[in-house]
Amino acid sequence: MSEAHSDTFDLKDLYDEDIDPDPESRADRAKRFLEMNVVAPARIAVDDWRALVGGAILAFFLLMGTVGVWLVERPTSGDAPVLAAPFESLAYPLGTDVFGQPIHAQLIHATPGMFKMIFAGAVVSVGFAALVGVVAGFEHGTRIDSFLMTITDVVITIPGLPLIIVITAIFQPENPYIVGVFLGIDNWPGLARTVRSQVLSIREESYVEASEIMGIPLSSILRRDILSQLMPYVMINGALTSRRIIFESVGLYFLGILPFTTFNWGVMMNLAYEGNALTRPDMLPWMVAPMVCIFLLSFGLVLLSQGLDSLFNVRLRARHAKTSKKKGTSKNNQSQATGGD
Amino acid sequence: MTPKYLLKRLGQAILTFLVTMTVSFLLYQAMPGGPTEAMRSVILSQSGGSVDIDRLNRMIQLYTNVNPDQPMHVQYFNYASDVILRQDLGTSFFKNEKVTTLIMQRIPWSMFISVYALALGYSLSIFLGVMTAYREKSRFDSTVSSLIIGLNSIPYYIVGVVLIYFLAIQNNYFPTGGRIGSGITAGYNPEFMLSLVKHAALPAISMGALATSGALAMRGNAIRVLGEDYIRVAQLRGLRETRIATQYLGHNSILPMYTQFMIGIAGVFSSAVIVEEVFAYPGMGLLMFEAVKTQDYPLLMGTLIVFTAISLTAIFIADLTYTLIDPRISVGEE
Repeated sequence: MSEAHSDTFDLKDLYDEDIDPDPESRADRAKRFLEMNVVAPARIAVDDWRALVGGAILAFFLLMGTVGVWLVERPTSGDAPVLAAPFESLAYPLGTDVFGQPIHAQLIHATPGMFKMIFAGAVVSVGFAALVGVVAGFEHGTRIDSFLMTITDVVITIPGLPLIIVITAIFQPENPYIVGVFLGIDNWPGLARTVRSQVLSIREESYVEASEIMGIPLSSILRRDILSQLMPYVMINGALTSRRIIFESVGLYFLGILPFTTFNWGVMMNLAYEGNALTRPDMLPWMVAPMVCIFLLSFGLVLLSQGLDSLFNVRLRARHAKTSKKKGTSKNNQSQATGGD
Repeated sequence: MTPKYLLKRLGQAILTFLVTMTVSFLLYQAMPGGPTEAMRSVILSQSGGSVDIDRLNRMIQLYTNVNPDQPMHVQYFNYASDVILRQDLGTSFFKNEKVTTLIMQRIPWSMFISVYALALGYSLSIFLGVMTAYREKSRFDSTVSSLIIGLNSIPYYIVGVVLIYFLAIQNNYFPTGGRIGSGITAGYNPEFMLSLVKHAALPAISMGALATSGALAMRGNAIRVLGEDYIRVAQLRGLRETRIATQYLGHNSILPMYTQFMIGIAGVFSSAVIVEEVFAYPGMGLLMFEAVKTQDYPLLMGTLIVFTAISLTAIFIADLTYTLIDPRISVGEE
């Protein structure tokens, strides 16, 4: 730290944010961190109803997958009368199926598997896309770039669903994480292209050029300047990718192509549809309940992705961050001193 | 339309086809226990009795064009030359017919609903996108935008199930499945045509629902274009509203959407697998579904390769039209 105060300081040290010229107290730092990362987003989220509703829906399903599984017993056949009507008994508020399993319990016990699939698929596809996009964007014009983009274009144009169907038909994955990874295979190229074009435009910005001239190592530039700018795209696309993974996995369970090893909304729909639920009113709840769940979860994700869009909007964020910083003037000075990058 | 651009796109399409073919070959090799083990039980259940290993290998060769006896590169070379030079995708285990014959019978039906789904979905999303942008922040805009967000949250196969329930089961407007009504003679007679359209309508609409996902992006583009100076100049020149909306706004906001639309083609074609099963519509998707259910590997790989070939052709055709609408291409740069 003393180096920064000496006359001959290194430009690299000036850039390095760990070295603070005027160290602030830990409480101040914690407060600023909270304001930047929690309070300002929360203020925007409250203003933007889409993020709020989307987040609430997602939180509801997360609770269902964690607390709900623990509260509601795993359904087995013969738990309750067969094909009971919904909204009549507290033991089975959504009615029961042909095996006498309460529908709400099946819905709840399908949630953890769903989230495992979404998690694995989103991590694989978004991570891979970000990696390919950033590398290609930074190596723009070289052979590496054209190689990566050729692969991306090839994967984009291969029809994804038939490919996944062939792969799942051969390997018969039962673990939800592996199902998610398989579904992530065809979901990355679109995002990779977006990330690449973003990297290309960010690279042209003067501050990145300045960092390059200052001799900052490439890895630091990538981490500090590029990745932080890309996070919004990655988050928004992560939400949309999750929606696609829900659609595809439920679709494959609905078709009966993935093995029926766990509870899944698609499996419920498959059994109900094969049992001609559409023409039998007493079986209809069994078919409709999972459909409503799929709709709600993906609606929540779409809303959240749109809300995130405004959450990451720099101007909107600055306005909300400013209102929380009215009181201290010394803090403003500090942020001017440190906010050189 | 520069030949260089088209050559590049053609090369890319061929490369994609080769990759898919290689993937299908590799998947044969990657089957749990290798191709011999994986297919032994399937073939045995077909022919009955026990088969010695040489005969089994010969049968695998006969059905799949992959001979597990030979070294890997020879297998691959034989497989590739069968697919490319002889258009031979092997023989179906279950139907004991050439895979290409089986697929050829089904292609027209799938193309029929897919092309209508694409036309319906894309024209709807362009139209709605431009209209909502033109009346940004009006009640029309907020209603239509919310509807589109809602529609994008429903998987297309659920759209299909809902359509069947309300339009085919509750009200008898449309048939619940199949491709033509029974007892109708094929030919250019009105009953046949009507039955054809009625059976294809619901599958096409539910696949088209998938293609409307571009509407919001189209709206965003159009709003950005609305802020451009040339739109203002056009308004100041006193041009007619319709001309501004179509030639200035529509044309310029479609351009950035074009790649997204082209990528969407592959998505809409592949959605046939699920939609055709929901509607029991005997196209290529249903064929693929049956192949999965019966572990008919040659047929499964064959449908994957043909699905890719069709998507690539469609995307290439779309590319040809892109050179027509984007003036920059004809100048010679990308």
